[in-house]
Amino acid sequence: MTQPASVGAAGGTRYPTVAAVLVTVTFFGLLVVWPLASVFQRSLADVGPDRLVDILGRGSVRKALFFTVWQSFASAALTLAIGLPIAHAIARYQFWGRKLIRVVAVVPFVLPTVVVGAAIEAAFSRVGLSLGRSVLAILAAHVFFNVAIVIRVVGGFWAGLDQSPVAAARVLGASPFAAFRWVTLPRLMPSIVGAGVLVFLFSFTSFGVILILGRGGRATLETEIYRNAIFRQEFDVAAVLALVQLLVVAVLSLFAARFQRRHATAQRGRDRRGALPLRTAGQRLHVFGIILLVVGVIGIPVLALVDASLQVGGGYGFGNYRNLLDKVSLLPVSPARSMFTSLWFALIAALIAAVVGLLAAFAVVRAGRVGSWLETLALIPLGVSAVTLGFGYLLAFTVFDLRRSPWLIPLAHAVVGVPFVLASVVPALRGIDDRFRQAAAALGAPPGRVLLLIDWPLIRRAAFTGAGFAFAVSLGEFGATTFLSRGEESFTAPLAIFRLLSQPGDLLRGQALALSVLIGLMVAGIAAILERGRGEEVGLL
Amino acid sequence: MQLSLPATARRRPAATVRAIGLGLAMALITAACTGTVIDADAEVDVEAVTLTLITHESFVVSDGVFELFTEQTGIKVDVLAAGDAGEVVSRAVLSSGDPEGDVLFGIDNTFLQRGLDANLFLPHYSAGLESVPDELKLDPQNRVTPMGVSDVCVNYWIDALGPTPPPTSLEDLASPAFAGAFVTQNPESSSPGFAFLLATVSHFGEDGWEDYWRQLVANDVAVTAGWTDAYYGEFVAGGGSRPLVTSYASSPPAEVIFADPPVDEPPTGVLLESCFRQIEFAGILKGTAYPNEAGQLIDFMLGETFQQDVPLNMFVYPANETVSLPIEFTKFGPLSADPITMSPAQIEAGRLDWTQRWTDIVLG
Repeated sequence: MTQPASVGAAGGTRYPTVAAVLVTVTFFGLLVVWPLASVFQRSLADVGPDRLVDILGRGSVRKALFFTVWQSFASAALTLAIGLPIAHAIARYQFWGRKLIRVVAVVPFVLPTVVVGAAIEAAFSRVGLSLGRSVLAILAAHVFFNVAIVIRVVGGFWAGLDQSPVAAARVLGASPFAAFRWVTLPRLMPSIVGAGVLVFLFSFTSFGVILILGRGGRATLETEIYRNAIFRQEFDVAAVLALVQLLVVAVLSLFAARFQRRHATAQRGRDRRGALPLRTAGQRLHVFGIILLVVGVIGIPVLALVDASLQVGGGYGFGNYRNLLDKVSLLPVSPARSMFTSLWFALIAALIAAVVGLLAAFAVVRAGRVGSWLETLALIPLGVSAVTLGFGYLLAFTVFDLRRSPWLIPLAHAVVGVPFVLASVVPALRGIDDRFRQAAAALGAPPGRVLLLIDWPLIRRAAFTGAGFAFAVSLGEFGATTFLSRGEESFTAPLAIFRLLSQPGDLLRGQALALSVLIGLMVAGIAAILERGRGEEVGLL
Repeated sequence: MQLSLPATARRRPAATVRAIGLGLAMALITAACTGTVIDADAEVDVEAVTLTLITHESFVVSDGVFELFTEQTGIKVDVLAAGDAGEVVSRAVLSSGDPEGDVLFGIDNTFLQRGLDANLFLPHYSAGLESVPDELKLDPQNRVTPMGVSDVCVNYWIDALGPTPPPTSLEDLASPAFAGAFVTQNPESSSPGFAFLLATVSHFGEDGWEDYWRQLVANDVAVTAGWTDAYYGEFVAGGGSRPLVTSYASSPPAEVIFADPPVDEPPTGVLLESCFRQIEFAGILKGTAYPNEAGQLIDFMLGETFQQDVPLNMFVYPANETVSLPIEFTKFGPLSADPITMSPAQIEAGRLDWTQRWTDIVLG
């Protein structure tokens, strides 16, 4: 039943693969490796072995490394534990609100931590839990922000999974659990690991959540890099920590890439039945429980935010939204304009990420060993801190004066978007049974046509999922943007929200809340459009 | 504690020499090829000069202000506003000698010594300094020019105090009357948080400040990472329960200016005895190709048009004392007449040690 992943197959054309590899390497080389190399070259030049031992031997460094790794693992595990049942329900059952869940799940992705952190703390204190500096608040926030990755990446893959082997197993006497454990789960694993790695990396480099919910009492590698680079200006310490970060990311992603390669399963076909209508009371109860879970994890904080944005002077109204058209003195442009700047950047970033990501996905799947390295390379930007990369751009891009280009922000956003396209597309691509391609080729289809008729319909929905995430990542991005923005024409909505919340006054706070809700709506809107573009389950051929 | 100077500061000269060498070689080749003689004394064409002003993201000027400068001098200004004040200084130090721009605006007295030690600035004397109070001029060599002043002070929410009279001293914050009432910020991640720590060190002295913080901790002080989560999270303003917060002298004016619906009086007041003076400076970055033009920009920014524009855009007070203030500032937000201060050199010498000890006491 299982086929080895197709490597270097498909029409025997090597040039397109080589070209795809070159594009990927150039993109990441220019936008990630070069800036990082510049930072390390400058900050580590005078770090001898003694200094290195001194830095790595510090208690604070070891403590930060330990906490970073374990909270990232815990965040990823918790997010998977909560996200997988939701992914399963929306992949397998037809019920009202199924698409709504897929759409709403991405909203937290773009919400600023300063705005949502308070909502999460308030939600906890309402049920009598004072979080103080507890790790629980940090983990809860990471679940809230990242659960969409599991729901969409795994859910999308699950929905397209051929169900006939499960049916066969059941006929042969396997219990539903045994069928899941031995038939479904192994085939899901590549996408679960892919999503888990993404959640891990996002928690690994999480900054606002750690500072705001950890109250400065919890240090991670990311916050330590910032503290050393900005407050203490011990650049060599920051750079050594950044190297440690890089090392952890490289090891983890190499492991993940090998795992995915080994466990990739080609599918005979796709599920033509799609999701099933709810039949039994048990199924209805099950789905109802899932809906409650979604409301609890995503719905309540989001609704609290919407509620707050509608409060004006003791009553309710749209005053805060109307005010967005006015430029307050604190901002270089009106909040409304910052929203359009963000929209524009996010569309460009998503487009770049989709094109580069698709090429990279083909390179990863077809280029054998080189492919695993490319996958690792693509994950690195998720695992290095915005400060490191920001300083890198500053040092490296003086050469072509790219630093001043308005394209730099969407490009930097796209760098973070590509891994999402890869995480969605690569498992789908590996899941295509090569015999379909061979059959098409045997029937006389040239390689381009095979790609268009066999590969594209089978990876289309995955590509849309990835592009949607790239859009969301760009829309909500703050850390790198604050480094790269240069005022009016690149003043994005997250920057505006942050700036509005830097002075007292209900007018400013109201605008910040309304703006947060609107970028949430914007990403939900794009997700809804992509949802339609995905079409229903695409039948085979 | 070892303060590592950026490698750049030491390695730059060689690179610069190489760059100049390369530039000369290219110039010679060009000259040889075209057969023209390069006029070494060619004047920099003033019409074409565009200065880059490096500053923090809080920097905003009204439309037309820099346009006026361009009209007067022919020099254009390109504002590169990114990152907070600390990031701006770090970036400048990291790229010292090969700066991102020509003028830096927004290094404050808590970071000043670091910028001076890293040799970031060229001296420049502005005639406008005549109108600046002497206590703002912290560098006798005029490598930096004062641009704005603000006070970091404890604010209180008047209605939330109830019958309790507002605190009148730093000591009051540790008294039982204000148990669980005060929220401040982590000095390592927040500029007002750092200023408040400096206020306590200066007021209670090297021997007393740690005890004071132990008392604050016993009095259930809350600490947040930044200003926003303190003011809009724990403080009454955003729905929190604590009536005392570390903020600015200009916060009550902001409460009036950005009120919605409009109000006549701010809901907050300031504990003037807690105010720590922050002074923001601008300086010409060493390595600029246009030191003269950069000096003109400094002069302009110390002049009336720009200084008048500062309060409502950046919520700091102008350094030029001849400039008139908006009514909300004079009425609701006077600067402390006798603020707590500390010299930049003292701040730099104590910074890492104090914050480390603070962390052990408050978060340990």
